[in-house]
Amino acid sequence: MDRHQVQRVGFILLAAVAAIVVIPILVVIGIIAVEGAGALSWEFLSAMPRDGMRAGGILPAIIGTLWLTLGTALVAIPIGVGGGIYLAEYARDSLLTRAIRLAIINLAGVPSVVYGLFGLGLFVLFFRFGTSIVAGSLTLAIMTLPIIISTTEEALRAVPTEFRTVSTSLGGTRWQGIRRIVLPQAMPGVITGVLLGLLRAAGETAPILFTVAAFFLPRLPQSPFDQTMALPYHLYVISTQVPAMPDEIKYATALVLLVLVLSMNVVATLIRSTYRRRREW
Amino acid sequence: MDKITVEHLSFYYGDKRALKDISITIKDREITALIGPSGCGKSTFLRCLDRMNDTIPNTRLEGRVLLDGCDIYAPDADVVELRRQVGMVFQRPNPFPKSVYDNVAFGPRILGINGNRELDDIVEESLRGAALWKEVSNDLRQDALSLSLGEQQRLCIARAIAVRPEVILMDEPCSALDPIATLQVEELIRQLKERYCIVIVTHNMQQAARVSDRTGFFWLGELVEFDMTDRIFTSPDQRLTEDYITGRAG
Repeated sequence: MDRHQVQRVGFILLAAVAAIVVIPILVVIGIIAVEGAGALSWEFLSAMPRDGMRAGGILPAIIGTLWLTLGTALVAIPIGVGGGIYLAEYARDSLLTRAIRLAIINLAGVPSVVYGLFGLGLFVLFFRFGTSIVAGSLTLAIMTLPIIISTTEEALRAVPTEFRTVSTSLGGTRWQGIRRIVLPQAMPGVITGVLLGLLRAAGETAPILFTVAAFFLPRLPQSPFDQTMALPYHLYVISTQVPAMPDEIKYATALVLLVLVLSMNVVATLIRSTYRRRREW
Repeated sequence: MDKITVEHLSFYYGDKRALKDISITIKDREITALIGPSGCGKSTFLRCLDRMNDTIPNTRLEGRVLLDGCDIYAPDADVVELRRQVGMVFQRPNPFPKSVYDNVAFGPRILGINGNRELDDIVEESLRGAALWKEVSNDLRQDALSLSLGEQQRLCIARAIAVRPEVILMDEPCSALDPIATLQVEELIRQLKERYCIVIVTHNMQQAARVSDRTGFFWLGELVEFDMTDRIFTSPDQRLTEDYITGRAG
């Protein structure tokens, strides 16, 4: 084979690999959309479940997931972004910061059910929050933190040192440099990290299993200390725990979760590309 | 008038001594050029004058640097205020990826100036001071990165003078520019001397000869010779200086 043929073969192989990655995703989304579309209606999105969840809507699960995501965001964004800023801009390379980084990497690899048990022990039992939105949000936030911290840190490190130097040379304090030039430049990366983290939180089942999720609770949560249904757990319940569950409703529930998560993904991509158009370094 | 007095300054990167016992007096309203081969310590020296080396870990400094008679390395010295007094222009034009206006207003805003009228005035004054007003006044909202490199460098100078410094340090400010842009920046530097004390590091000996009043020659971390520019380029005292400027050394 001459080198042109090698190149052609290489391209074909790479295209095949890309297809192997992309096609299953499209097939999964396609099947869920086709099978679930029939059950999708305004009532399905806006009504309480009826008839042992075999009919009616999934409103409490949708609202529950939104509350949990919001709660997670409130806790995880300030701490995560703050931690990222600290690691990228302030922390010197010491044994302590290396330990922190190692911990973050390891936390990112912990199975989500472990976070669930941790949340049960700490928030539900020890702090006596009970199985509640607060306990669930805190658990999800802890699971999300490593993602937000490490993407924030990376985004900040990608901003040229020069900008900090210039800000300093103009009589700016270190924080002013971060606040006025470094952080704005890193924003697309930070936002992406935040949304990816929240996305994962919104779709998780195991961490909310023992901390907040209600099997069946046909009313909306009344306070942050209330239990709630949530989409991923509801999907698990109707897929495994409810006999004679119509398939269509399972697919429709999966579709709603998927759309929710994908739309956040689209928002993240849009924000990133809008920012990137303005950046030329 | 003496603006900066450096006494027995030595600077170390770890164990490596980058500057050896340098003493020099820099006058106000003059242009002082520092020449010498790469790695001879010119830039390190320049950065000692506004404590920009402070941020580099594992470095050490001995000796004193006096600005208007005050030791800038004294324990109670206000580093942030020092850096306002002593501005810096870098080798590569490095405007922020913001508008022309926001670039110039960056420094004043940091200092807490927020009034629109006041900022407008400072921006115009600084851009005029940097000989850039004519080119950009029709659109101050344009992206700074859309300017030519020469304009970008003059914008960086405008950004530096917007905080009303007393000294401007320039680290090879023309090395990334084409000859015409270089001449424009040099002309600007000559104008700036009316109001500021200027220290310029340059690789380009013709540039030092063209713009500066005094020239210092650095060699391996030492200040070999410091004198009026005319004298350095016509009849230097040191053999090494003569060898360098005539191209036999370096």
